[in-house]
Amino acid sequence: MEHIFYTLQDFMVHTKGITYLIMGGLLVALPLFWLFLTGRDEKNKTF
Amino acid sequence: MGLQDTIKNRLSNNELIKNSLMKSNLINNPLINKIEWTPLNIITAIILFVGFILTIARFFGGLGTVTNLDDNNPWGLWIGFDLLCGVALAAGGYVTSSACYIFGLKRYHSAVRPAILTAFLGYALVVFALNYDVGRPWRLPYPIFYSPGTSSLLFEVGLCVFLYLNVLFIEFTPAAFEWLGLKKIRNFVVGLTMLLTIFGVVLSTLHQSSLGALFLIAPSKLHPLWYSGYLPVYFFISSMFAGMSMVIFEGSLAHKYLHHKMDETHLSESDGVVLGFSKAASFVMMGYLGIKLIGLSIDNNWHHLFTSWGLWFLFELIGFVALPAFIYAVAAREKNVKLARVASILGVLGIILNRLNISLVAFNWQLPLDQRYFPSWMEIAISVFVVTIGIVAYRLITAYMPILYEHPDYKHGDDSNNKHGHQED
Repeated sequence: MEHIFYTLQDFMVHTKGITYLIMGGLLVALPLFWLFLTGRDEKNKTF
Repeated sequence: MGLQDTIKNRLSNNELIKNSLMKSNLINNPLINKIEWTPLNIITAIILFVGFILTIARFFGGLGTVTNLDDNNPWGLWIGFDLLCGVALAAGGYVTSSACYIFGLKRYHSAVRPAILTAFLGYALVVFALNYDVGRPWRLPYPIFYSPGTSSLLFEVGLCVFLYLNVLFIEFTPAAFEWLGLKKIRNFVVGLTMLLTIFGVVLSTLHQSSLGALFLIAPSKLHPLWYSGYLPVYFFISSMFAGMSMVIFEGSLAHKYLHHKMDETHLSESDGVVLGFSKAASFVMMGYLGIKLIGLSIDNNWHHLFTSWGLWFLFELIGFVALPAFIYAVAAREKNVKLARVASILGVLGIILNRLNISLVAFNWQLPLDQRYFPSWMEIAISVFVVTIGIVAYRLITAYMPILYEHPDYKHGDDSNNKHGHQED
């Protein structure tokens, strides 16, 4: 069901709150995906 | 040296090049070969003939003769497919050349020329197809030179496409100059490579995103699932993996049908190009998926996902972004070139689906079905005609010019700049 917002403040708090959670999730998920992507690459010594 | 001597030298140069190429068995002179009437060639000839007739019908009879366009739908298949998809899929040019020259990934060097050629033909055909939509081809330069509408996004797109087409043409010319034996001018243009690449990336960033920004003016017409303030970002980011998918897809076609034209370097580097681009495309696709989620969330459009439009949106996003991203990732991990080629087909189809969804399917979504737009068979035929011209031109150019192989006279010479030599990363 679509939630009814009575003020713009309510709307922004709701949408931004969820967006920040998603962004946090992405910050964790994308590096993990990168590790999956490069997991079998030959390791280059950088030191 | 007199003019006659110069001409004599050039002719003998050409003769030497021709002989060396013939000896290396890389080219057969296509002029000598007769056209073989294979089923594919016959189909091509029919498409070109029908397209030619429809071109006459469009330019002498007007838009109404061949299209289903109306006041509700002034932009149809020719904009949605020929222009939006054409520009997105031609992004391989800037992606490959920036990877090779700006980021110094020289192992992708052999992919640059085919990618530049594909991009050049893509943009040339975008402009060609645009004439069908706007009509009066002789007035095409007006928006640039005579009456520039500097406050319009379309002006920016037009200017960028005009400039970028010229950039791509100049980037493509070294191959033509090598073929013609014009060494000096070829070396001069090769010296401009870095400058042209940077200019190309700047122009691509501008107009790829502006094509998305065109739809910002129609929030009430485009379905909320596709409409977003981030449309310019979506268009730009998606053009990156569209370009990479197209390079892989075009490379696999070239491998299958033009294998005999490829030299050792191209053959040995091709797997690395496919796997490297797979890895990059996979990561960019995942990032794209992330910003699509953010777009959904910031506009609070979750409830639309549970409608039939939502299913169609998820079909596009999961079937043609998440799935190819995962297949690319597995292909890059397992070093499976075949799998990467399958993913590239999904990637190319996905970008076509996305652009068609935004410009046609989800556009005017609130109109009753009888007022919705569906292209006429003649519009589809002209789009097929335009694509066929591109394939024929690609085939013709690769038959003559050193696109899929290095010209024997310029071997070990790097396109980025002969002065700097060939750098291996």
